[in-house]
Amino acid sequence: MLAKRIIPCLDVRDGRVVKGVQFRNHEDVGDIEDLALRYRDQGADELVFYDITASTEQREVSPLWISRVSKALDIPFCVAGGISSVDTAARRLNAGADKISINSPALINPDLINLLSGTFGRQCIVVGIDSFHDGQAYRVKSHTGDPDKMRETGRDTLGWIKEATQRGAGEIVLNCMNQDGMRQGYDIAQLKAARTVCPVPLIASGGAGAPEHFEDIFIQAGVDGALAASVFHKSVITIPDLKQYLGSEGIEIRL
Amino acid sequence: MAAQTDVVIVDTGCANLASVGFAFDRLGASYQISRDADVIYSAPRVLIPGVGAAPYAMNILREAQLVPVLQNLTQPVMGICLGMQLIFDLSVEGGRDVACLGMVDGAIEALNTADLPSPHMGWNQLGDLADDPLLVGISAGDYAYFVHSYAAPVSTYTLATSEYGQKFSAIVRQGNVYGCQFHPERSSATGARILKNFLELGE
Repeated sequence: MLAKRIIPCLDVRDGRVVKGVQFRNHEDVGDIEDLALRYRDQGADELVFYDITASTEQREVSPLWISRVSKALDIPFCVAGGISSVDTAARRLNAGADKISINSPALINPDLINLLSGTFGRQCIVVGIDSFHDGQAYRVKSHTGDPDKMRETGRDTLGWIKEATQRGAGEIVLNCMNQDGMRQGYDIAQLKAARTVCPVPLIASGGAGAPEHFEDIFIQAGVDGALAASVFHKSVITIPDLKQYLGSEGIEIRL
Repeated sequence: MAAQTDVVIVDTGCANLASVGFAFDRLGASYQISRDADVIYSAPRVLIPGVGAAPYAMNILREAQLVPVLQNLTQPVMGICLGMQLIFDLSVEGGRDVACLGMVDGAIEALNTADLPSPHMGWNQLGDLADDPLLVGISAGDYAYFVHSYAAPVSTYTLATSEYGQKFSAIVRQGNVYGCQFHPERSSATGARILKNFLELGE
């Protein structure tokens, strides 16, 4: 059976791993390789590295640390942030990233998804979506790495998931912004709705605070993986304990 | 005479060359990435990596005039992920039959994932293990990391299966030619053991 994936997310700024609450007030949580290896040893199924400043500052993720991470890790990892062309994507993949994730550049230029998917194959093209419920509907935001540069795109989240997968996205990471960093649980209703329109693997992001939240999102929304950051960085939840719990609840997990 | 490397990784122009090399580094093995026919012929073992699409990768191999070189190898050879698909006779990827290397009999077909998300992406279990030196230390139920939409059906050459919508070949062998559908370089201890076993073939 295919196992549900537990995916620690490491937000990277200036070569360090940081974490904010609802995308603000970032604090330093450690060195990239140290954390990557710690999570590998704990049984993480995959890692995601988001260069949170890359998109808003229009600079590129340094391939240097990508290569260091690739040398050290024997599990897959995805790199996100500042990828806006075939060339920038190629550099990250050639440095050893298994997947690349695009967010704001795909919203500005949706054809980029077709281009990247056609060049590298859809299996390594992830589209990340930051979705915010504005009281009426789920809408997509862009440039969320910097609160001052954040933009409304006017796009409906489910519509964008459909379009992105039709254009060649091989996986969707749906970050539910209302829940991000709040540790009150994933947005089950939104992820359930996303599941019905998403034909590719779907990863839940935003809101994990307890092992039960992972169980809920796997069982109720049928997502393929769950991403979390602060609960792992601050050892509120440890991955071995989480996996043990999920396994005991009958969820397919790689122990 | 220069010290011989343990394995030559065929430069298929695909993106996971570096990761595959790093995996051999972690095992303390020496490797060389090459598309030079003489280097490949004289290698003790040859690894064919690959990610992406079969038509694109076959074009690269044809342009580099590596098709007959690979077909004539007699030492242990292993294709991984797309590289495993390339060692078969043909692939239906891209909506038409693409002639591949023909080192293992059979065709690569679209994986029928029924109502499951596709591509098949993530950690899945190995089963139906054959008795083979490549599988020493591997147990049924061990997890490996897969990312693919096409697969080899189960056949007489299957050494291990996995299942996603349907059963398919996770590992195959025909004579000196092996294939792994998953990424051993990203499959933790299970993947490392398979690569280590591969390095011990032919010794």
